Amino acid sequence: MITMKMNGLEVRAEEGWTILDTAKFYGLEIPTLCHHEGLTPYGACRLCLVEIGEGPKAKLVSSCTYPAEEGLVVHTDTKRVIQARRMMIELMLSVAPFSKTIQDLASKYGVTSMRFKIRNEECILCGLCVRMCAEQMDGKAIGFQNRGYQRKISTPFDIRSEECRLCGGCIYICPACQLRCQGPQAETAVCNACLTMDPTCLDYYDELQCWMYDAGRCGTCVREKK
Amino acid sequence: MKRIKKIKTIDELKKLIEEQELSRKQEPKKVITVSSGTCGQARGSLKVIEALKKAIKAEGLEEKVKLRITGCHGFCEAEPNIIIYPDGIFYQKLTPADVRTIIKETVAEGKIVEKLLYKDPQTGTRAVKESDIPFYQKQKRIVLGDNVFVDPTSLLDYFSIGGFRSFLKALTELKPDDIIQTVKKSGLRGRGGAGFPTGVKWEATRHSPGDIKYVICNGDEGDPGAYMDRSVLEGNPYRVIEGMMIGALAIGAKDGYIYVRDEYPLAVRHVTLAIDQLYKVGLLGKDILGTGVTFDLHIAKGAGAFVCGEETALIASIEGRVGEPRQRPPFPSVKGLWGKPTCINNVETWANIPLIIKNGADWFASIGTDRSKGTKIFSLVGKINNTGLVEVPMGITLREIIYDIGGGIPDGKAFKAVQTGGPSGGCLPASLLDLPIDYESLTGAGSIMGSGGMIVMDEKTCMVDVAMYFLNFLRDESCGKCLSCREGTQRMWEIVKDISEGKGKPGDLELLEELALATKDASMCGLGQTAANPVLSALRYFRDEFEAHIYEKRCPAGVCKSLIRYVVIPGKCTGCEACKRACPTQAIQGTRSQPHLILYDKCIKCGACLEACHFEAIEAQREEAIIIEKEVMP
Repeated sequence: MITMKMNGLEVRAEEGWTILDTAKFYGLEIPTLCHHEGLTPYGACRLCLVEIGEGPKAKLVSSCTYPAEEGLVVHTDTKRVIQARRMMIELMLSVAPFSKTIQDLASKYGVTSMRFKIRNEECILCGLCVRMCAEQMDGKAIGFQNRGYQRKISTPFDIRSEECRLCGGCIYICPACQLRCQGPQAETAVCNACLTMDPTCLDYYDELQCWMYDAGRCGTCVREKK
Repeated sequence: MKRIKKIKTIDELKKLIEEQELSRKQEPKKVITVSSGTCGQARGSLKVIEALKKAIKAEGLEEKVKLRITGCHGFCEAEPNIIIYPDGIFYQKLTPADVRTIIKETVAEGKIVEKLLYKDPQTGTRAVKESDIPFYQKQKRIVLGDNVFVDPTSLLDYFSIGGFRSFLKALTELKPDDIIQTVKKSGLRGRGGAGFPTGVKWEATRHSPGDIKYVICNGDEGDPGAYMDRSVLEGNPYRVIEGMMIGALAIGAKDGYIYVRDEYPLAVRHVTLAIDQLYKVGLLGKDILGTGVTFDLHIAKGAGAFVCGEETALIASIEGRVGEPRQRPPFPSVKGLWGKPTCINNVETWANIPLIIKNGADWFASIGTDRSKGTKIFSLVGKINNTGLVEVPMGITLREIIYDIGGGIPDGKAFKAVQTGGPSGGCLPASLLDLPIDYESLTGAGSIMGSGGMIVMDEKTCMVDVAMYFLNFLRDESCGKCLSCREGTQRMWEIVKDISEGKGKPGDLELLEELALATKDASMCGLGQTAANPVLSALRYFRDEFEAHIYEKRCPAGVCKSLIRYVVIPGKCTGCEACKRACPTQAIQGTRSQPHLILYDKCIKCGACLEACHFEAIEAQREEAIIIEKEVMP
């Protein structure tokens, strides 16, 4: 058993668990996108960031890939985490503004503006389809091509792969290809239609003092603070 | 090349080293050392060597003169250069035509050829010996210094400077734990940039459970403008290998890899040759010197990805997978190559090891500052008089490197900034010139030590342009796994590009800062975590320049193409037609001896005319169209 501290609570993790596994076990919500229980952790979407360590050595890591370590101090919703997470959502929005999943994330985490030039690529390169194809369907028909800003997902040599059995596993698991609902603001970069939460709590509390039990999860206080 | 018989025992090796050390003392009277690394070859050293061989033969001096072809000596500005021992006469910038004179006058008669000596650009005095040149005077060349004395293709040459004595010492006198304690005590820190204590890394790898362990030499040097690892691998490959052999003894590794970029063909050739020779003489392989120690060394060639310098990506690359970093922990010292404990060190780190074992930890710890020990090689490039590799003790100031060693900025221009640490580093302004260089001080100033690139910029450099250059490099070299790094560098580049094109808006700088901090925070590996440094440091020290681009649509240095136009100043133009000839689009009109004119609709703003003009008659002025646009549409 590994003992750690998470948002001020003492938690116990089993050998081989990640921070995300532990948080899930204790019911602490961490948003994820490129994570799936049936696939190996990848750490591409950077949504599941948490802050580990204390003081000047504190840093952000992706909880889906970081193993639970004895004595680790984890905070899942500090201001630093929320800010980074919001930037990640904003970056995702800028490439896939028509995805329902991402629009919902934006609403949930209070991303209300999108300051980058829109590039309708729809794919956020989370790699779920690649791992699904390789690990669950035993296909390995698709993979990543190039690197950096030219990275894309395709079949080898961009031709129809003989390995592909048209099983549809990649489409099933894709978080980005479900179209956003055609609400009142269907044309804008950020929908935010479901962001109906009124500010419920205007003071910023730390950790256990927050009545929601983990400061900043609902995002209201951080939003108001800004 | 003389064949060496297989060395079977420790005593045989000792005897061989002693023989070779003696033979060095009995070398012919004159030794001509030619610097012929990649940089030397590019400047024509091969032709000089050819000519030297011919001239020696023609003069019948074969018995009296030895020609030694070595790796880079560091002074790139003076390539191709030769040193004639025992006097140490240093001739620079040679052409094959000079060779005859050298052989006839210096070698045969002992006279010095004045015109081939190094001339100080400031004082005009000539320096006879290497040690008289200011470039070398403040350096402490413990790693690079031996490049002058060894032929990198000859194992015997390496023996003759006492090579492999450190390995013998480690093998016979020291226990693995002693070696690790020595390295720990020396205070050596990783030369790849992050500065992790080497001894601690070794200890962690040694104490990781498992029988199979690996050592890896990281020679994937990808920073623009940095080439110290190449120079060490080219000039003294045996030193690096000896360091790795000592490391393998200490860690308990039986296998090692040298990961070197395939873009370094000479380094690949020399390392491959060195490994082959060591196998032939029995210093690599099974049962080395009859002690039962096994160490196999392989060479892995990088396919040209900057990110493969990151250790987990490098491991993936050796394993044959895509070079993408993964989450640490588990660190390579626990789970590295093929899932086994692995110790990865930089070329320069490995090259320091034989010295530490030979001279002791205290000797090494006496060089440098409190927390950063030893020396560091920097590649001093850019707008600097003495381009080259400089090896300096830690704690030296930037001013000493740039002005005393580097000889200042050419053409009397003013110093503006120095970029350290490559694309992961930052630009430091003139106000920080007196900063002592060590790992902590550079990090504190918003840059990093990095692998040791040092790019000097003068007043005609635009910091927005520099930031854009590095971001363009990073967006291309990011592996693209982390959203924060892939999109972060791309979006930062877009914003900076807009700023440089005069399309910047109020609020851009704040967004840029916010994005930079998020990229730094959210990325998995070192590339993403430091990708924001060029932007953040530029904003920290040169914010006014960014603001001038955004609010005034003006590029103060006259570099950003969209914001300038080139004009001929009639009073200064002599009508020499130099610019006219240089212009690739025939945009310059004018007759001889009459002031010329640049046709703006044809001008592509390449700046060729500016460089061609000898009279400073061409100037980059503010683009009028943009000023008008701004006034009409505020």
